[in-house]
Amino acid sequence: MNEALRLPKAHLQRLIDRLWEQGFRVLGPVPRNGGVVFDEVCRVADMPVGLREEQAPGRYRLVDGVPGEVFGVVNGPGSLKPSFFAPEEPLLEIRRERKGFSVAEVQPAAPRLAFLGVRACDLAALAVQDRIFLYDRVRDTHYATRRDGVLLIAANCTRAAATCFCVSMGTGPQAKQGFDLALTELDEAFVLRSGSAAGEAVIADLTLQTASAAESADAATRIAACAAGMQRQLDTSDLPRLLYDEAENPRWDDVARRCLSCTNCTMVCPTCFCHTVVDVTEIEGNMSQRVRQWDSCFSYEHAHIHGKNFRPHIRDRYRQWLTHKLASWIDQFGTSGCVGCGRCITWCPVGIDLTEEVRAIRATRGGA
Amino acid sequence: MTPYTLYPARIVDVSSEAESIFTFAMRFVDPAVRKAYRFLPGQFNMLYAYGVGEVPISIVSDPAEPTRLEHAIRTAGRVTSVMTQWKVGDVVGVRGPYGNGWPMDAARGRDVIIITGGLGCAPVVEVINYIFRRREEFGALQILHGVKTPNDLLYRERFDAWRLNPRTTVHLTADHPDKSWRYRTGVVSELFDQLRVSPSAIVMMCGPEVMMRHGIHALVQKGVSEDAIYLSMERHMQCGIGLCGHCQFGPQFVCKDGPVFAYPAVKRWFGVSGI
Repeated sequence: MNEALRLPKAHLQRLIDRLWEQGFRVLGPVPRNGGVVFDEVCRVADMPVGLREEQAPGRYRLVDGVPGEVFGVVNGPGSLKPSFFAPEEPLLEIRRERKGFSVAEVQPAAPRLAFLGVRACDLAALAVQDRIFLYDRVRDTHYATRRDGVLLIAANCTRAAATCFCVSMGTGPQAKQGFDLALTELDEAFVLRSGSAAGEAVIADLTLQTASAAESADAATRIAACAAGMQRQLDTSDLPRLLYDEAENPRWDDVARRCLSCTNCTMVCPTCFCHTVVDVTEIEGNMSQRVRQWDSCFSYEHAHIHGKNFRPHIRDRYRQWLTHKLASWIDQFGTSGCVGCGRCITWCPVGIDLTEEVRAIRATRGGA
Repeated sequence: MTPYTLYPARIVDVSSEAESIFTFAMRFVDPAVRKAYRFLPGQFNMLYAYGVGEVPISIVSDPAEPTRLEHAIRTAGRVTSVMTQWKVGDVVGVRGPYGNGWPMDAARGRDVIIITGGLGCAPVVEVINYIFRRREEFGALQILHGVKTPNDLLYRERFDAWRLNPRTTVHLTADHPDKSWRYRTGVVSELFDQLRVSPSAIVMMCGPEVMMRHGIHALVQKGVSEDAIYLSMERHMQCGIGLCGHCQFGPQFVCKDGPVFAYPAVKRWFGVSGI
């Protein structure tokens, strides 16, 4: 099952065709508005072939890359999250009746999805979201319906963006688990490994040859080089305790002077799960939907109850976000809430870098 | 079924405790739901007003009668101002019960100290009712209750009735008393000199965090161990099931891990501003 196979680049289209034939709706990285998000892929050319991206705190640009390179763009603002945990979706439909009302669940449309080109960090993020929406005390049926039967084709990273720090978080650059197939892009071909029976079934009649030893070695070398060259790091040692102990560190005031509380970081984060449910009532007033929407701990209302706001200051909200992400998430779900994808750094309009904030807090630990 | 599914319930009785506080008794419309429903003292339901929204409200009736649920609602925000207009016969939405409730099993056979302040005392009143319905199962009961003004003293006749029980003492105080006030003046910590602490005492507190902080300090000084002190925490509980993220208090989801916590579980964050 773990034999390395060779998928010639020219045959990637066959794999995409095969997925559509088998009834999957194929989503992959697609350029959109100067970024890359997961959207429908019918042809290889739908993906950002020959492009790479430059990422830095508060900056993202698609640029010309290596001609013919399919997975040259590491990531963009869109993770897998919106495909399973919908940004907005009706949960219940409540109809007024002569005596009272009736309650019906709104069933989500759930096409079988196949994702092509999923990065290791995003696979790890999906496992984090599964833990919250599927395996905690309640099972979120809307999430579960979308998640069920999804096929995941990973693309191991052979280059990192300047904002990536998956090595620190232990999630990448190579996909280790949670995938059905994994590709490593070389110059002329992909090295393909299967990670599940479902993955095996997809490629069963593609009659792929075994990758040569040189190709397998080339793939391993590229992944290792990506890991070794990763610029950003987050020292996770003693991390929950550091942030718990440093709840009053002056750095929180410092970052609060820069943070706009705009919620961008939480919107692009592949693991953030906060949401709210609002009522949307038909104009005649006979039907009202309970609609779930993404929410953010950076919104002023997040910790607000009548007459009291428990986190009125940006300092409180940034501290909540970072402490939750890197510390209390571990207490709650047995895993960090951060996978090192770097999106919150890139898409922060003022370029706040959580790795830098943690470094500053560590450096001034205990009032040092 | 989505965990957000709610169940229609019909209002069967409405009574008013004060100008802006109403107690609603309700029964699930579906007999199967009614039959299966159970709750513990201190748990809450999410109540839903059609087309308006949901709020978490404590159950104040006795768990021995789970087919009839009572909720005391105070007009506070947008949703509760609609709810306090509910009338007998209206159909409302209910899902629950949620939260862990008060440690009644741990309290059985022990002396119980209840300290409460402000208007958020409904969950505590329900504990007192619970104890009184099973009075012989519990030791001496001390109730310390502080209000802003005499008008804020809800259930006044119940406090008067409780103090008649020989194994029960009731201490009341008001920040701003009027001429009719026969009890102490000042915040609830003014009453701490009245506390009689026995080795078996268990403490349940509900009210503003600053009040609970003073209470903990006084209790620990009198020799109560921290793990015998239970606090009812207030945060923005929006889903009741630990999924929406709003009610976090450090690593705790107040709605599913609480709202009642043994003090050591929240000590680290208790009193830190902005948590």
